[in-house]
Amino acid sequence: MAMLPVSGSATQPGGMPAAAPHVTGRGWRSAGLGRIVRAVRSNRKATVGTVLLVIFILLALFPGVIAHDSPTATIYPRSLGPSAAHLFGTTALGQDIFAQAVYGTRQVLIIAFGVGLFSTGVAVLIGVAAAYLGGAWDGVLNLITDVLLVIPLFPLLIVIATYVQNAGTVVLVIVLTLTGWSYTARQLRAQALSLRKRDFLEAARVRGERRLYIVVVEIIPTMTSLIVASFLTNALYAVLFGSSLQFIGLGDPNSVSWGTMLYWAENNAALQTGQYLWAIVPGALIALLGAAFALLNYAFDEIGNPALRPVRRIRVKRAG
Amino acid sequence: MRFALRRVGFFVLTLWAALTLNFFLPRLMPGNPAEAMLGKFRGPVSPQALKALEVAFGVETKEGLAGQYVHYLGNVATGNFGTSLYFYPQSVGRVILDALPWTLGLVGLTTILAFLLGTGIGIVAAWRRGGRLDSVVPPVFVITSAIPYFWVGMMLILVFAEQLQWFPAAFAYNVSLTPGFNPAFIVNVVEHAFLPALALLITTIGTWILTMRNTMVTTLAEDYVRMARAKGLPSRRIMFDYAARNAILPNLTGFAMSLGFVVGGAILVEYVFNYPGVGYMLLQAVSQEDYPLMQALFLLITVAVLVAILLADIATAILDPRTRTAD
Repeated sequence: MAMLPVSGSATQPGGMPAAAPHVTGRGWRSAGLGRIVRAVRSNRKATVGTVLLVIFILLALFPGVIAHDSPTATIYPRSLGPSAAHLFGTTALGQDIFAQAVYGTRQVLIIAFGVGLFSTGVAVLIGVAAAYLGGAWDGVLNLITDVLLVIPLFPLLIVIATYVQNAGTVVLVIVLTLTGWSYTARQLRAQALSLRKRDFLEAARVRGERRLYIVVVEIIPTMTSLIVASFLTNALYAVLFGSSLQFIGLGDPNSVSWGTMLYWAENNAALQTGQYLWAIVPGALIALLGAAFALLNYAFDEIGNPALRPVRRIRVKRAG
Repeated sequence: MRFALRRVGFFVLTLWAALTLNFFLPRLMPGNPAEAMLGKFRGPVSPQALKALEVAFGVETKEGLAGQYVHYLGNVATGNFGTSLYFYPQSVGRVILDALPWTLGLVGLTTILAFLLGTGIGIVAAWRRGGRLDSVVPPVFVITSAIPYFWVGMMLILVFAEQLQWFPAAFAYNVSLTPGFNPAFIVNVVEHAFLPALALLITTIGTWILTMRNTMVTTLAEDYVRMARAKGLPSRRIMFDYAARNAILPNLTGFAMSLGFVVGGAILVEYVFNYPGVGYMLLQAVSQEDYPLMQALFLLITVAVLVAILLADIATAILDPRTRTAD
């Protein structure tokens, strides 16, 4: 676990804030959404990430359309190889692996989106509050963020999940949110701090706007790209760490999800008994979903920081 | 000096937070889980050991919460982590000391290797901007950063241990050999460490490459690099002494920090390969409900990270004067 195994840390070394030189207050906001859509279409990494994510969302919403078997029924012959009836074969417990993989999408996505949304919410709240309120508030909030940031996440998750026992979807979302928000809160605080002295905020203050109005209407919209990046970082974190917890048996062993599939595969020695697909399929799906979030995140980083964009033709890009 | 004091203060505060989490977590949960654990071990474990555990976890003790807390902090300060329940009658300290060398060897060496290789590849990728290496490396490692560690380990077992049978799939050495400094044993240990090390390398190297590449891309656009070009300095000199040297700081800080993560950083890899290190012990403690061992391991892992971060901060302050004033 070199730093965090989350791609966000790869592109923003040492927890430094993503540079977003193009943020210019009001003009940006009106163009925000359209700009994001256009950027996604013009960036190949973003396109691949979006397509993957849309496929997974469709699987999570309508699993029954392509998987006709029940994911929980243990009614099939055990340890079958792949066939027309069982596309990926069956488990040693007599379940259809294809159906499990398809139906398992839902829980992973709920955890990813749940943790992504909630921890980004907490991160925005704490990061922006710290930056905007300043003084003692900033000191206290920043300290809490920093302390949480340096306590090793996965061991902490293991300890909490052990005491909770058989964590279901809701508990996993809560635990992952409580432990995961600090990294992006720090980035958001740094960006909010850099905005504090901007003219458009001064103007709002002079107009006599209330603090809440300034934060919600003036500050937060200018941080759209960082908030999206924060969501993606936290969603990827949730996919990887949620699945890891389920894999070591700290999730609910009866739930239908990729991490739980891997738990049962490992406990039935799938690799040693030739049931390779049982271990390959769920892991590959976790990697694909994770890749979707990571690619989108990297693409947003490129969009926000033009220096990182791939150069074509010109070998060495020089300013001016 | 003031900077160093602040960092030490933060260190102490975080350590206290981790200790307090350790103490209050089992007490916060509905129906103290330690109670069930103690019930399970009541038979084989001696009454004195149980008494100590009852105090440590707040079960059936007449002491108030504050008293228990002080008692607990005192125990930790004197290195008294109690008796392991699963490995009874071994002490928790003994179990950890047996596991630690395996983790330090495997994960420590792999971390150093990943840092050196990754930084090197990152330098070359940034220098040959838009070249073949640069167009392949970032997307590939963005994707590998999304693959779960443990699954990479499982796939390596599948290919190299089950199919090809080149390497053993589990344990740190062949138990039929007597441990000692002889060639046969050392070769055996290396063979056993190869696949877990490869799994770690694959999943961690991307961070070093991307961080180095992205920082160096920024320094390459700096005026002093253009100045060096204008002076007609040899490329190699510009690449290493001008661009890479100024870009390596984030990677160095990351490296110092990742040394702290060595102790607890490969939990799942150790688990998949049944490698008898710290992470494997933590999961053993979890599955056997050996809470004293689990708590002590969590503390050990946290302290390792905190020490590394403290050292990284101080090293950064020495290497880069600009950071000294920043908080």
